[in-house]
Amino acid sequence: MEILGLLGDGMLIALQPLNLLLIFAGVTVGLFIGAMPGLGSVNGVAILLPITFLVPPSGAIIFLAAIYYGAMYGGAISSVTLGIPGASTAVATTFDGRPLAMKGRASLALVTAAIASFIGGSVANIIFTGFAPVLASVALSFGPPEIFALMLLAFATFVGLGSDDIPKTIFSICLGLVLGAIGFDQISGAPRLVLFDINAFLQGIGFLVLAIGVYGIGEMLWTIEQTRGEVENNTPKMTARGMASDAGEAIREGWKGTAIGSFLGFFVGILPAAGATPASLMAYGVAKMTSRKPEQFGRGSVDGIAAPEAANNSASTGSMLPMLTLGIPGSPTTAILLGGMVIWGLVPGPRLFVDESEFVWGLIGSFYISNMAALFINLAFIPVFIWMLRMPFTILAPMIFVLSIVGGYAATRDMFDIWLILIFGFGALVLRRLDYPLAPAVLAIVLGPIAEPTLRQSLLLSSGDPMIFFTRPVAGPITIIAIILILLPALKLLRRKKPAAVIGE
Amino acid sequence: MSMTKRALLLLSCAGLLATTPMAALAQEWEPRRPIDFVIMAGPGGGADQIARFIQSVAEKHDMTTRPLVPNNKGGGSGAEALIHVSGASDPDHTILVTLNSFFTTPLRQANLGIDIQTFTPVAMMGVDPFALWVHRESGITDFEGFLTQVRAMNGEYVMGGTGVGQEDSIVIAFMSAAYGLDVKYIPYDGGGAVARDLAGQQIMATVNNPSEAKGFYEAGDFVPLLAFSDERIPAYPDVPTIRELGQDFSYYNQRAVVGAPGMSEGAAAYYQDLFTKIYETEEWQGYLTSESMSPLWMNADEQRAYWGTQVESHRALLAELDG
Repeated sequence: MEILGLLGDGMLIALQPLNLLLIFAGVTVGLFIGAMPGLGSVNGVAILLPITFLVPPSGAIIFLAAIYYGAMYGGAISSVTLGIPGASTAVATTFDGRPLAMKGRASLALVTAAIASFIGGSVANIIFTGFAPVLASVALSFGPPEIFALMLLAFATFVGLGSDDIPKTIFSICLGLVLGAIGFDQISGAPRLVLFDINAFLQGIGFLVLAIGVYGIGEMLWTIEQTRGEVENNTPKMTARGMASDAGEAIREGWKGTAIGSFLGFFVGILPAAGATPASLMAYGVAKMTSRKPEQFGRGSVDGIAAPEAANNSASTGSMLPMLTLGIPGSPTTAILLGGMVIWGLVPGPRLFVDESEFVWGLIGSFYISNMAALFINLAFIPVFIWMLRMPFTILAPMIFVLSIVGGYAATRDMFDIWLILIFGFGALVLRRLDYPLAPAVLAIVLGPIAEPTLRQSLLLSSGDPMIFFTRPVAGPITIIAIILILLPALKLLRRKKPAAVIGE
Repeated sequence: MSMTKRALLLLSCAGLLATTPMAALAQEWEPRRPIDFVIMAGPGGGADQIARFIQSVAEKHDMTTRPLVPNNKGGGSGAEALIHVSGASDPDHTILVTLNSFFTTPLRQANLGIDIQTFTPVAMMGVDPFALWVHRESGITDFEGFLTQVRAMNGEYVMGGTGVGQEDSIVIAFMSAAYGLDVKYIPYDGGGAVARDLAGQQIMATVNNPSEAKGFYEAGDFVPLLAFSDERIPAYPDVPTIRELGQDFSYYNQRAVVGAPGMSEGAAAYYQDLFTKIYETEEWQGYLTSESMSPLWMNADEQRAYWGTQVESHRALLAELDG
């Protein structure tokens, strides 16, 4: 019960007028930063860091954490309404959010995203409150073989039980892996796949560049091609009753995805090197795999929105854990938060919970309040975003185009990325016409650069013996499950053939 | 071989005498957009911590009219950062936080076509020593015990580091050659990841900067066995230096800021002034002490001379590493 007392004290700190004001301001700012393509929580936190020197350290980090939270909610908004991922963490939300919006159910998509985000954040906060120190040691027990096994599992969820054509899914994964391998070899430092000897390829292909190209430009081209520009505008007006019934539907249809995303997201978030983007993609994969209606995924499944949205919020709380307890940032945004903490004289690390107990609990308390604030602010703004969708497509399409280009440029300030976005956009259109699923490629470009070095580190550890993935207590079961999942389609095929053979006799 | 920092300082002072002091430049130049503050390493390592600390100090005292925006480009042992900065479209708004891979990466990857002398010197913020660390649960308490354990494991002893040719691998290679050790070396993408995996006992020992290991040391998880500095590290007064054991060796990581090639004189003067101010703040001086770093202040011309001597000494060190 000591924890509840500490948490209560922490919430009181977070509810002080100044801190409460900072939470509301942070969440609102974060919401819009997250919704702007190309501007993710990383940029938001970096740009607003100076403001935090005007308030005491506890208020400062509460403000930054509120921005972080708000941005996780906001990312879904442009993913759903425009089809451009607002931030890398919201790419998986595009997979189903956009199709649902095209069906005229944008409000359902946004309400689902908001509720799933809230539940994901809440679950993560409760786990964080109760088990932070224990989980820190769990995170440490994940060495290179365990992380690789987890990545293998993520790929397996996309191959295993998908309803898509399996060879095409594998092709798509391989395409993503190759694109992700461009740049410097992380182990030897040697440049590789520098296409056409263009130096810009040395820096690798940014994930957001691919995502904006495929989903922003590619989706726009696809819509134009399918409808010849005559998009029927069937987005209904928002009413309070409509929103309430959407909320009911979101909970009924999306509870499973939300549950998966909440727990998986937190766990992936606490692993150093991972963060919210891989967490949301993995949650999407697992939700699809365990769903009774996997064929709905990619065509506007509520579960398909709930899983990644719950996961990215849950993971952002999760990634605070290695930062606070080990001093190691789990995501680029927490790296900036870490820099802020150091200057305020707070040394993150194993001693922080003991030495700065008031600060830590104030921060944890603020997670709860931020999450609540983000839900209400987000729900309040949904009608505004829906109104945007009611614009004619002839106005919306150029807007999507401009936002994609500006967003892609803002992230790296490199003209080369804009050409890549256009190339990926056209490439995506071609692949889509040939019925190739694109989500696996996006997954692979995120997870490939995590999987490859951990594979090689593991094999260095074992002097080249692949048994290391089976003999270690944590890695072993994960690897075996992953392999079963990959083989499952083949087994299913065999089972289906057998009865047929009997009839044939 | 000997490469004490004092000797290097003397050499660089000689370099200074040979050149004329930089003409006082008008301080009119000011950044017009956010400054791309490139870091040659991934998040969490020593270089990254320093960059974020510097950014925070600049923000706290409102020293820049436009923000410094940290940008981690650790790929290819910092080659990614060197390429990014040397090809910067706006050299006046691009600066780089360096470590010794500023010297080693262009040597190891000559095909990148990077000539570090084209970069613009800004400030030498200090040098960072290295120490050998093991996990408390290994039961090893001194360097003798470490040697016994490594030899007993017959090539199966696992050390982690930031990659072959990187600072820690140079130290490990020297130590292995001097004591006839055979260790397995696992590369990671940054000193932070290395320290984390020692804390999780995925690897058995590391050569980390004190700043990277500090949190775990204070929590009682890490044990320092040996320092690779000229004198004992003040925070660990009981830990001997490799010099005391009779090896003529010390090695430091430079923590310097450089500007992109082709930076205008006005911009260079602005950043030199800015980083002199940051260097002189109470916060930075406190950071040098708390993170066990040593000051090694140099002006622009001294830095250029220092680069020259460092490139030559690293050429020799790398030749030994590869040979």
